[in-house]
Amino acid sequence: MNLTREFNKGLWRENAVFRLLLGLCPALAVTTSAINGLGMGLATSFVLICSNTVVTLLRKVIPAKVRIPAYIVIIASFVTVVQLGMEAYVYDLYRALGIFIPLIVVNCLILGRAEAFASRNPLVPSVVDGAGMGLGFTLALFLLGAVREILGAGSLFGISLFGASYNPFLLMILPPGAFIALGLLLAGMNRLEKGRR
Amino acid sequence: MKETLRLALVLTLIAAGAGLILSLVESATRAPIAEQRRQETLRALRAVLPPVDNAPDTDTVELKIGQDRRGRDLSRTFYRGRIGGELAGVAFPVTAPDGYSGNIDIMVGVRPDGVVQAIAILQHAETPGLGDKIGADWFRGQFPGKHRENADWRVKKDGGDFDQITGATISARAVVTAVRQGLDFFQANADVILGREEGAE
Repeated sequence: MNLTREFNKGLWRENAVFRLLLGLCPALAVTTSAINGLGMGLATSFVLICSNTVVTLLRKVIPAKVRIPAYIVIIASFVTVVQLGMEAYVYDLYRALGIFIPLIVVNCLILGRAEAFASRNPLVPSVVDGAGMGLGFTLALFLLGAVREILGAGSLFGISLFGASYNPFLLMILPPGAFIALGLLLAGMNRLEKGRR
Repeated sequence: MKETLRLALVLTLIAAGAGLILSLVESATRAPIAEQRRQETLRALRAVLPPVDNAPDTDTVELKIGQDRRGRDLSRTFYRGRIGGELAGVAFPVTAPDGYSGNIDIMVGVRPDGVVQAIAILQHAETPGLGDKIGADWFRGQFPGKHRENADWRVKKDGGDFDQITGATISARAVVTAVRQGLDFFQANADVILGREEGAE
């Protein structure tokens, strides 16, 4: 098994958002700024790596018939850990992401990796898979958040880029802007992919 | 039967393990979370009160403001800021239920005579770029210095004294109305809030 390959696939070839179109609910909803996208991506990555680790360690213990409820309990626990941790130590981000932190539980990316990868592979590849997929998800959310923040608010990480005279393209930080930005990014990625072949 | 027992056992063990971990994490984060929430309240209080030298979040009065739909009591906390023991201002939260998208939570600071010191928008879900201007300095800056009697607490579109926000009259109207109602309640209960009555604590 090639670990580099397992890691890299999450970044591009099987990128959750840009290639598989998984986890779009948080990807569209919270990416109103680069920092929100980054925070959401990192929180999801943490849950993904932890749940992959536990699922792969318990893969011989968990009977196939109750694997889904078992995975959900494991994932929900780590999501609660993340939620408490963020509320305690990064309170502003916690407030900004709001309801979308507990909703990490239902991010199909996480259950998908538990089911499709961690439950069938040994520890090290499963952790690497979780890290790669999580990082790919984080990159996608960061990119989407950065594009929307730059166009919609004229700033990046809250730092104004174009000066006071810039009239922000508000639509981009409103919900429709999420779809438009994602669509354009997907089109660009497909174009790149075509060019490589 | 034997298999069913095994399924139940494994799930129970996993859930028990999860419960154990969660209880550990919860007890480790309880104090920092309480501190974060306290800091958030203090930030809001500092924004609307004149400079004070006490801890307003520990000098409070709680008053009943009505009942919710299920008949449970709703209460509002009044935070009292003091300078050298002398009351310098009172801050209290109000909620505008009629924002353009959901509730708008506002902190109002008044001097003991009922004149607004400042207001701060704590939480809202108004449209970015339109309704969220309720948090802008020029909008909030209309409130300080006004009290129940010296201003018409409506937006200009409705014949009052407050500038509305272009494209977001609903948001501005909601804030002005909520602050006015807060002031009404403050005025009506000023004796208790300011501690002029016995047994007010």
